[in-house]
Amino acid sequence: MTDDVMTGIARRDPRKEWIARNRLHPEHDRVLAELGKGSAAAIEWMGPHGVIRKNPHTAGFIGPSGLKRIDRSGLQQGGAPSVAVRARQESRRRIDIASPAFLVAVVPEMGGGRLSHHDRDLLGLARQLADADPDRPGAVLAVLFGGYKGEGEGEPKERALGEAGIDRLLHLTSDEYEGFAPEARLAALAAAERELAPRHWLLPDSPLGGADLGRRLAMRLEERPATGVWQLEADATCTLGWRCTARGAAGSLDIQRPLPRVALVLAECAEPVSDTLHAAEELTLNVELPANLTRIEDLGQVAVDPAAISLGEAEFILSAGNGVTDWEGFHHAAQCLGATEGASRVAVDNGFMPRDRQVGATGTWVTARVYVAVGISGAIQHLQGIQSCEKVVAINSDPGCDMIKRADLAVIGDANEVLAALVDLVESRRPQAKRGESRDAA
Amino acid sequence: MQPDSRPFEVAVLVSVGRHPLTGRARRADHDARGLELALGLGRHLDRLQVRAVHAGRHDSGNDTALRGYLGMGLAELTLVEQPDGADVIPALATVLTRSPPQLVVTGSRAECGEGSGLVPYALAERLGWPLVNGVVEVESIDNGVATLLQALPRGQRRRLAVRLPAILSVDGAAPAARQSAFGPAQRGELAPLQEAGVIDEAFAEWTFSPARRRPKRLKIIKATSARERFKAAAAKAEGGGGQVLSNVTSEQGAEAVYKLLEEEGVLR
Repeated sequence: MTDDVMTGIARRDPRKEWIARNRLHPEHDRVLAELGKGSAAAIEWMGPHGVIRKNPHTAGFIGPSGLKRIDRSGLQQGGAPSVAVRARQESRRRIDIASPAFLVAVVPEMGGGRLSHHDRDLLGLARQLADADPDRPGAVLAVLFGGYKGEGEGEPKERALGEAGIDRLLHLTSDEYEGFAPEARLAALAAAERELAPRHWLLPDSPLGGADLGRRLAMRLEERPATGVWQLEADATCTLGWRCTARGAAGSLDIQRPLPRVALVLAECAEPVSDTLHAAEELTLNVELPANLTRIEDLGQVAVDPAAISLGEAEFILSAGNGVTDWEGFHHAAQCLGATEGASRVAVDNGFMPRDRQVGATGTWVTARVYVAVGISGAIQHLQGIQSCEKVVAINSDPGCDMIKRADLAVIGDANEVLAALVDLVESRRPQAKRGESRDAA
Repeated sequence: MQPDSRPFEVAVLVSVGRHPLTGRARRADHDARGLELALGLGRHLDRLQVRAVHAGRHDSGNDTALRGYLGMGLAELTLVEQPDGADVIPALATVLTRSPPQLVVTGSRAECGEGSGLVPYALAERLGWPLVNGVVEVESIDNGVATLLQALPRGQRRRLAVRLPAILSVDGAAPAARQSAFGPAQRGELAPLQEAGVIDEAFAEWTFSPARRRPKRLKIIKATSARERFKAAAAKAEGGGGQVLSNVTSEQGAEAVYKLLEEEGVLR
């Protein structure tokens, strides 16, 4: 197949071709490279008789179980898997509502500075209200208080919020909204009501954010809100065109009533937005918000003994498994980090930790926001128990274990050493922070 | 604080609860916790006067429930008589403005009826008083300012200072109420107070049914090809591409973990 430069006659080296066909030959890779078939480009070529030849050995990819897979559906063609994911995101239908017929205002709770599942469900419900009439679509306005922590690296705020279904954004970042500041937040919402006059106000009925603020807002707007709403249906006989089903009497009654202007909505009330991308265009209020007199002063969070918090509702859990040998060090680390202690079943069975600290299907199902698994390989029962944790950190010496696959951040190394280094790090940086705090208080 | 001749007045709004299993009338759990909180203020104050107020109809069905509050150590309970289906907020607001206490304590939501938890908010808006929800403990009362502990989710607590008069609402995080004693409950007096009732018309138009079990959310798979459907069906749960640090020293690993913990704001 190599052309002779002098005569122009095609010359073939049968031995090299034979080596190229023989995958097990020690010189196979070198010969393939010589013949120009080593790269992914040489999957197909024209044979000497004008027939298209395919090399099945260069096609395909190594599957998750280590076996070679050839995908004949045409999707896999020369691409990294992330391309498909990216393409799906690009394929989100972009929707710009230039002149909305009305506004649906949503005040997400934004626990930890990002949209929670509850917020996403709420925005899905807001989209149902806004998009009910395709000829006269409304826009979803989100009022965010405090800083926003973007998701993913370098992802702009508009992108993440637009994917959640937000058309208009009112982002109020001021110190007066930090902590427990219902009076300042209420004043801002009342100003938004005066200026933008949304048709609906939707808030999550959750203890952290909406349950309190939403009831205050409703009373300020002189509306009677529906609380614990979990279902909506269109009904032309109602004032706003919707009828809702709400939980009443400590969750033992369903109340069917017309949807009022202010609704406090339970989690899983609607499906979150998944196939459209909205503009998340930023708005500003024209009126200057008055500096209001606050009668409630937030003196900050109180240090709570993490060991006294039940495992099921702890926010930050440091959990130990079979990889931990230095138990003194582990308890010290939990105390130093201010984490609630958890354990895998092995650690409990071996008598290192009490039974009530066991995490997993046979122990406690935890809901922690941050779960640090130290020396836990991740049995399926344990992984079930940490299903609802947001961030999982694994410190383990085995890079192939299931916990590493589940973790958002995994450190491969000796668990005891990493933990000791972490404690040193926290202790070395803590005094500075403490000094700063006392100065602020003074 | 100089000794004041007037006692510190606390009004506790109590309602008739409903046992979640038997459905029998009982003292409402949150309201009883509120009364417990109010009775516990005695350790901060020299002279404390706790007044329990119930607005609604009194009949044989809820007599035991209301006497349950008296059994916690009260001599009398103010009974603001209201017809069936009345909105109790105007009546309560009138009673509270006529003899304003320094502190009003309520439960966070009722156990029967609408149970929307709006009573403290409506009263706060009408009276123009500040409102703090989810109070667990009153730490001190000094010069017209109360220092409180508020319950946050996940067992956390927040300290707040609120100017009196104020309304506090109490939920299940507050300390459990003491047992109700039978003798004092029978000896205690229900002092009736006539108030004009305002019938709640919107409430009468709603339809009520026993709570239906909410449908379980299904996992919706949006697949365009058979291959994607198969992949979704056979997929193992994964964290979605976490970062794996291998071949690092323990210091570098600890640094990465520290960074994540700091970003999440769990280090205090």
